[in-house]
Amino acid sequence: MRSEKGIIGLKYLDKKDIEQLVETAFSMREISLRSVKKVPALRGKTVVNLFFESSTRTKTSFEIAAKRLSADVVNFSYSSSSISKGETTIDTAKNIESMNPALFIIRHASSGVMELLAKHLHTPIISAGDGTNEHPTQGLLDIMTILDEKKRIDGLKVVVAGDIYHSRVARSDIYGMGKLGAKVCFFSPPTLITDDFASLGATITYDATEAFTDADVIIMLRIQLERQGTGLFPSAREYSRIFGLNEQKLKRAKPDVIVMHPGPVNRGLELSSSVADNGAHSRIMKQVENGVSVRMSAIYHTIGEGHGYTDN
Amino acid sequence: MDILIINGLLIDPSQNMEQQGDLLIEDNTISGIVDQKSYSVNGDRARVKGHESKEFIVIDAKGRWVVPGLIDIHTHMRDPGYEYKEDIETGTKAAMAGGFTSICAMPNTKPINDNKSITQYMISKAKSFGHVHLFPIAAVSKGSEGSELSEIYDLVDAGAVAVSDDGMPVLSAGFLRKALLYVKPIGIPVVDHPEELSLSKSGYMNEGIASVKLGLNGIPQTAESIAVARDIMLAGETGSKLHLAHISTTFSIELVRWAKKMGIPVTCEATPHHFSLTDDAVDGYNTNAKVNPPLRSEQDRKALIEAIADGTVDCIVTDHAPHGYDEKEIEFDKALNGISGIETSLGLSLKLVHNGIIGKKRLIQLMSQRPAQIMNLKNKGTFKAGSDADVTIIDPGKTWTVDKTRFVSKGRNTPFHGMELKGRAIMTITGGTLHGNISS
Repeated sequence: MRSEKGIIGLKYLDKKDIEQLVETAFSMREISLRSVKKVPALRGKTVVNLFFESSTRTKTSFEIAAKRLSADVVNFSYSSSSISKGETTIDTAKNIESMNPALFIIRHASSGVMELLAKHLHTPIISAGDGTNEHPTQGLLDIMTILDEKKRIDGLKVVVAGDIYHSRVARSDIYGMGKLGAKVCFFSPPTLITDDFASLGATITYDATEAFTDADVIIMLRIQLERQGTGLFPSAREYSRIFGLNEQKLKRAKPDVIVMHPGPVNRGLELSSSVADNGAHSRIMKQVENGVSVRMSAIYHTIGEGHGYTDN
Repeated sequence: MDILIINGLLIDPSQNMEQQGDLLIEDNTISGIVDQKSYSVNGDRARVKGHESKEFIVIDAKGRWVVPGLIDIHTHMRDPGYEYKEDIETGTKAAMAGGFTSICAMPNTKPINDNKSITQYMISKAKSFGHVHLFPIAAVSKGSEGSELSEIYDLVDAGAVAVSDDGMPVLSAGFLRKALLYVKPIGIPVVDHPEELSLSKSGYMNEGIASVKLGLNGIPQTAESIAVARDIMLAGETGSKLHLAHISTTFSIELVRWAKKMGIPVTCEATPHHFSLTDDAVDGYNTNAKVNPPLRSEQDRKALIEAIADGTVDCIVTDHAPHGYDEKEIEFDKALNGISGIETSLGLSLKLVHNGIIGKKRLIQLMSQRPAQIMNLKNKGTFKAGSDADVTIIDPGKTWTVDKTRFVSKGRNTPFHGMELKGRAIMTITGGTLHGNISS
């Protein structure tokens, strides 16, 4: 699922692939710290950001990543698309493919759309998230951020908390981190998970104390406010009180726990401001920074043709 | 037509018959079993004692099963309105290729079959081709909207054999109760597609490990079982005939088992895809395995097979649901539900016999005798003297590979493409008319 069709899910990657992608991301990070933040690796290649679902930060992160590798980036977004004119997703992608891009970065609201498009396109695809299925570069940047801090991931207690049922981040995290040996614990109200999630290799708890005690890493997922009123949880107030993370609950974790969040944060809902801004523990901004490096790595490994990414 | 079928294995559960023998058809009617000494064959013609004025066409069915014509009481012919998916010509021809001589067609056409002109149109169009007998199941509510009763007497006079809002459940318990009461003097069944929409509406496949792995919202099994329980309660109260479409869960089966023990007039059907596949077939976002009710767990599949064997399930139906290419080659959540199943049903059902789960007679009971009884199809599903000359001849040992590109149906949406099956129908006789080739 790497060289030919790009990266459409961490479920398809093995441990070695993941380690290699993250390792390259670490060495790519240096490029972003230079005054001239650009290497010529992908000069002359066109990368198309094909976003069928709105996104600001992921799209920007991919765009910056591709540009730092000297690729030309074209953004295609839902609102200006032909989708509103009734064109199918396959036709839209095939039309753009006819203009010979080197790579598609795709986000779409339907789970499994990457597999569908991979069947119809010959251009490689990197998934920027599909439905409730996977968000592989988010999984990779989460792994990178953990390794950055802890130097290892094997044996760590990683808590992923929130709306697990509808989360592509939770799935990519467990697929990736599970392969690297992390002990992943899902913490969620029972309405936002099913017992079958244990089949992914996670333990499941509905109890905050059990979840956060001795955690090395806590990943708080964004709660979609529009799920309020659908009966999945009664109110932001109660969700925050029982399932959110605050300073008091954080004390149960290991002293060197790091707190992560895929963003955007609902302050005061899943995460209190004091935790989100706690420099000793919060690594949310680091995740965003690492996101660019991971996406540079993913793009490079997919279409880089192996001729190096340094200036030489 | 006058036909003598010789040397076949005659299987007729209505007479508890499974024996080598020769079947005589005269004037498009089953005349009965004849003794070998009572006829003389000359080439492909025969003279029969007591019928000296006639010459009979001889069909040598040596090594074949000769059974009352198979009946599929749950199909979607898509005509009128969705002829790009299927029409009555291709649909009935596909049914014939699948070994059927009679089918029932659901009312979710466009417009909905909730009036006698559509019912008559479907019957007469099917008659004009003569592939199989077509018996419409009309809408139980106007527009299948679940609020006002259709003119059911009128529909039955026009030839409808049952009423249903299939594709959708009969929406409210209150409406189903009225419908069951209303049809009672007519004696036709109400066919319900049991589904509690508040549980199923946000899902795309069975809720389980497979749905977690694919990141697809699940449909819990209770979405079906709760509706089955509701329906059974109403059948019990009203005493009217209720037929439950395509049951697929362990709890649904247990509920039907209980209802039958209580003497409630409920019957139910199972599809080959539900007893042959599990939700693992959806892997890779295979939209050809997207169907409603969804493919279930291995536990449910096994429970369904057990229920087929022990008599809890009354009949096998295809729920033949052809769709266009673009309706399936699309995002999984947007793909339409349904399987084009009418040409693979017999082959998949024969597996149950080949694997020793049911006997031959039970198979024919499931695919001919009980379907005829449930839909009150007189003189069908049996070889008793005087019955209609509807016969299916099966080559039980013929191995073949499912190839959707060779389907007669316009619907190529099958999850069984490439599967090897053993046994298929090689000839049907529908109302005395021969279709197929005995030597094929």
